[in-house]
Amino acid sequence: MAAAAPALTRSRRPRLGALERRNLRWGLLFISPWLFGFLALSVFPILYTFFLSFTRYSGIRPPVIIGLTNYERIATDPLFWKSAYNTLFYTALAVPIGVLMAMILAVAMNQKLREVGIYRAILYLPSILPVFAISLIFIYLLNPAYGMVNALLGLAGLPSPNWLGDPTYARISLVLIAQLGAGQWALVFLAGLRGIPIELYESAEIDGAGAWTKFRRITLPLMTPVILYDIIIGLSLGLQVFTSAFILTGGGGGRGGGAGPDNALLTYVYYLYKQAFQFGQMGYAAALSVVLFVVSLVLAGAVFRWARGWVFYEAEEA
Amino acid sequence: MATTDIAQRPLEGVATPSRRWSKVLRKSVLPRIVLIVGCALFALPFYFMFVSAVKTGTEASLAPPTLFPHTFAWSNFADAVSYIPFFLYALNSLIITVGATIGAVLSNTLIAYGFSRIRWPGRNIVFYVCLATVFLPYPVVLVALFDIFGKLPSFGIQGARSWVDTFLPLIVPAFFGNPFYIFLMRQFMMGIPRELSDASRVDGASELQTFWHVILPLTKPAVVVVAILAAVAAWNEFLLPLLYLQSNEKYPLAVGLAFYTQEHDVLYNLLMAASTLIVLPIVVMFLLFQRFFIEGITVGGVKG
Repeated sequence: MAAAAPALTRSRRPRLGALERRNLRWGLLFISPWLFGFLALSVFPILYTFFLSFTRYSGIRPPVIIGLTNYERIATDPLFWKSAYNTLFYTALAVPIGVLMAMILAVAMNQKLREVGIYRAILYLPSILPVFAISLIFIYLLNPAYGMVNALLGLAGLPSPNWLGDPTYARISLVLIAQLGAGQWALVFLAGLRGIPIELYESAEIDGAGAWTKFRRITLPLMTPVILYDIIIGLSLGLQVFTSAFILTGGGGGRGGGAGPDNALLTYVYYLYKQAFQFGQMGYAAALSVVLFVVSLVLAGAVFRWARGWVFYEAEEA
Repeated sequence: MATTDIAQRPLEGVATPSRRWSKVLRKSVLPRIVLIVGCALFALPFYFMFVSAVKTGTEASLAPPTLFPHTFAWSNFADAVSYIPFFLYALNSLIITVGATIGAVLSNTLIAYGFSRIRWPGRNIVFYVCLATVFLPYPVVLVALFDIFGKLPSFGIQGARSWVDTFLPLIVPAFFGNPFYIFLMRQFMMGIPRELSDASRVDGASELQTFWHVILPLTKPAVVVVAILAAVAAWNEFLLPLLYLQSNEKYPLAVGLAFYTQEHDVLYNLLMAASTLIVLPIVVMFLLFQRFFIEGITVGGVKG
C-alpha cells in the first residue's frame, strides 16, 4: 500500500475509491451476522426494555403505560434495596479477592517450577465447570452436619458456622463459590507476567532491588492493564450473579419474593427474575433492568475514570 | 545472575549463605506451598463430590462425614441415571451444545474475517462498538428478549407456538457472534501475513474463496479454541434454559437436575453421582484439549 510509485498517484485515487467501496461491501457482508445480532438482540431489546419500564405488563395482555410508577415503586421497595445491597456486598468482596488470588497464584506459577503444568490444570479446571453443579456440591459441602467444610474446620479447632442458615455466612458462601473461577484469571495474569521483559528485572537486580521492590516497581505497574481488565469483567459478572444464589436457595426461596435467610441470597438478577417470571411483573422487571443497565454503565465508567490514575500504559506501538 | 546480585553487595561473606537460602525459599519453596494449598482448596469440592458419589446411602448421611469412603458403591452411578431422566436431559444438553457450537464457529469466523482481513472505512470504530457490548450485562435484556422470542412463530418446532419452550432462543443467538470470540479470532487472523490474501486476490479469487481456501485453513487452532469455549459455555448455561424451557422433557441437564432436586428428596450420594457425570465430559474435554483451553485464555486475556 505504502509502496505505490509516485507516478501512479494521479490515477490512484479513483481506483482506490472503487476498491474501498468493494472492501466496504465485503466487510459489511462478513460482519453482517454481528450487525444484525447487535441491532436485534441488543439495541432493540434495550429500547424495548425502556419502553416496558413505563408500563404495567404481565406478558399476556398488551402493556399499559403508567408513567414513572414502576420507578416510584422501586424507590420504596425494601426487597429492591436488599437485593441491591446483597449484590454490591458480593461484588465488593468477590472482585478484590479474585484479583488478589489470581495475582498470588500467577506469581507463584511464574517461578520456574518443573511441575507447574499440574498446578495449572488443577487450578484452571474448576473455572470451566458449571456453576450450577458447583453450587449443588456446595449445598452438601457447607451442610453443618454432613458437610466436609465444617468437619475440616472442626478438626482444626475452628468454629463451625451455619453457612446457609446465617445471613452473613450465606452471602460469603456466594463469594466462596465465585472464587473457584479464580484459576482462569490466574492464567490471564500469568500470561501478563510472562510478557514482562526479563531485562527489567535484571537491571533492577543490578541496582540492588529486592524481591518486594521488584514486584512493587516493575510487576505491579506493568500488570495494571490486566488488573483493570479483571476488575471490569468481574464487576460486570458480579452484578449479574444469579445461578449460585438460585441453586443454594433451591429456586423457591421465601415468601413474597425473598430468598435465603433474611433474604441474604436474593441477588439483584434473582429478584429481577422472580418479578418477571414468577410474578409476571414484566413492566416492573423492565424498570429493574433499566436500573441495572444504568448502574453497570456508571460503575464501569467510574472504574475506567479511577483507573486513569493508576493504570500504566506502555508507549503506543507504531 | 545470582552471583552478580550477591557480588554487588557489601558484607558478602556474611550475607551469602542466608541470601542464597532465602532465594531458594522464595523461588522454589514458597511458591510450591502457595500452589499446593491453592490446589488442595480448589480440588476439595470435587474430591468431596466424588467420594460422596461412591458412598452408600447410610455413609453419605453420617455426621461428621467420612473423609474417605468405607465401601465403594459404584452402583450409585447406575442408580442416579435411572432415578433422574438423565439420558433424556443429557441428549437435550447435547443438542443445544452442538447447535450453539456450530453457530459460534460459523458466525465468529466470518465476522472476525470482516474485522481483520478486509480494510474498509469505519472498520475500527465498528469493532470498538462490538467490543463495548462486552459491558452490557446480559440480564438487562432478559425481559425484553423473552417477550420478543415469545412472539416469534416457531412453525411447530418442538410442538411450541412461539420460540418459548423450544431450543431456538438457546441456539439461534449463537449464530450472530460473540464479542469475546470475535476478538479472539480477529487477533489470530491479524497474525496471518497480508501477502497471502493479496496473492489470492491477484489470482482472481473472490473474498469468499480467499476466506474459505486461504484464511480458514490457517485459522484452525483458533476455530478449535472457539468451538471448545462455546461448547463448554452452552453445556454450563443455566439461566437461559431455565427461562425458556417449560416442558420437563425439554430440559437440559442443568435445569433438569436443579428442578429434580427441588421436587424430590434426592439422596445426596445420588445427587453427587449425577453431578460427577455432568462434570465428567468437561474434564475429559479439558484433558484432551488442554492446550487449546490455555491458548484461548492467553489470546483473549493479554490485551483485553
